[in-house]
Amino acid sequence: MSADSTPLNTSKETANPAADGSELIRFDKVTKRFGSNTVLDSLDFTVNSGKHVTLIGASGSGKTTILRLLMTLIKPEEGTIKVAGDYLTHEERDGELVPAGDRHVREVRKKIGMVFQQFNLFPNMKVLRNVTEAPVHVLGLSPDEAEERARGLLDLVGLGDRCDAYPSQLSGGQQQRVAIARALAMRPQVLLLDEVTSALDPELVAGVLDVLRDIAHTTDITMLCVTHEMNFARDISDDVLMFDAGHVIESGPPEKIFSEPEHERTREFLSAVL
Amino acid sequence: MSEITWGLWEILLKGVWITVQLTVFSAALAAAVALVVGLARSHRLWIVRFISGAYFEIFRGTSALILMFWIFFVLPLGFGWQLVPLWAATLALGLTYGAYGSEVVRGAVQAVAPAQREAGIALSFTPAQQLRKIILPQAWPEMIPPFNNLLIELLKGTALVSIMGVADIAFGASLVRNATGQSAPVYTIILLMYFVLAFVLTRGMRVLERQAKAGIGQRPEKRSRLIGRKAEIPRQDATPATVGGEGR
Repeated sequence: MSADSTPLNTSKETANPAADGSELIRFDKVTKRFGSNTVLDSLDFTVNSGKHVTLIGASGSGKTTILRLLMTLIKPEEGTIKVAGDYLTHEERDGELVPAGDRHVREVRKKIGMVFQQFNLFPNMKVLRNVTEAPVHVLGLSPDEAEERARGLLDLVGLGDRCDAYPSQLSGGQQQRVAIARALAMRPQVLLLDEVTSALDPELVAGVLDVLRDIAHTTDITMLCVTHEMNFARDISDDVLMFDAGHVIESGPPEKIFSEPEHERTREFLSAVL
Repeated sequence: MSEITWGLWEILLKGVWITVQLTVFSAALAAAVALVVGLARSHRLWIVRFISGAYFEIFRGTSALILMFWIFFVLPLGFGWQLVPLWAATLALGLTYGAYGSEVVRGAVQAVAPAQREAGIALSFTPAQQLRKIILPQAWPEMIPPFNNLLIELLKGTALVSIMGVADIAFGASLVRNATGQSAPVYTIILLMYFVLAFVLTRGMRVLERQAKAGIGQRPEKRSRLIGRKAEIPRQDATPATVGGEGR
């Protein structure tokens, strides 16, 4: 697939003005607890625009929590999160930082797209409408415009011919590719990928990863992935962050992390999954 | 003892019409009440939950018959206006069955996978949009079978109005029985009348259920000719995909 034919292309000019390596996501001393269990402990980290960053680490290390915080599915106990210069968790009112209201959160969140482990397509909508619904009703696109965008994206993920199917009529891999198209239809600046292949049958994984690889290589969208597919992580990542007990214990380009990890926990983890 | 003449049949058939009207109006009111109260009961504001919960408990716990009397006889004393018996009955039945129905709505809404709401949040839908576009369309097919039960209950509950002199089937039956002195044929006829009405409602609700399921991409169940359902035939055309669930 060539870069010039993808409907994502426009995002380079419009939705993604800052794909220049500037800071896109910033976690500042973020603490998240579930009951007495501290999942993230005063976490600082940043993701620069246009980068593909993969979070690795044992389950329970806080990787998915980061994605869920960004998606505002959960709220941090302490600290702030900024996306493209705007506070996600807070808003400034009269020079003071107060917890963000729903409207503010929705505005900032439009910059973020998410693909879930379990796809979470809307079973009551056909494939095309799954992809057009939010652009029409959240972004205010005209139905025609949204449909054109959706058809382009469905072609991109190889499902242009399944627009009229219901999600229940698709395989898991196909559903996940629709979910990718649905997230991209919002022209997010950053795409969050939460173990997007974990729920798939092994033979369906490759198709989904190919689509993501294409997107990673042909667009300048920022990606933040949690994955157990180390080959995929190695292939698309600019940076890999190793999580342990709510902290980033090691980070660097995939070549370094995967071949010469410095930290003992990283070595243990990699030998367990590779 | 005398024959059931055409004139007497007419009384019964007019009764059927009153019963049908009463059922339709009460069901419409009950459906509206069930939706509003059912949604309010899982609202994020506690005061909304409290008020709707109180409504549910009060109207579930009071007798529809007494409520009907209350609306007909007591309300005029307090407010100075008098409802005709038909509307008093509609109000009483609608409010009572609405309370039952709210439990159906609440249960069906809560049964929609939480991941669906999360997907809605991820796409920045407002809470109202999530409800309208995602949650309710998926909850609706689940509501239909229990709603069908309630509807049939309601149909039979309309017989209460005969006590207030509304000329429904049951009222017609007692008139005809008094006129002819025959109990067995009259009550057998109206048993059958209620059964036929209930059966028609059930078939209608089954059609609705099949349409609703088709609307969320589920294949309609194979049905036997009269009653009952056969086991669902597994889909051949897709790998079954898990829905819902969440990771951390």
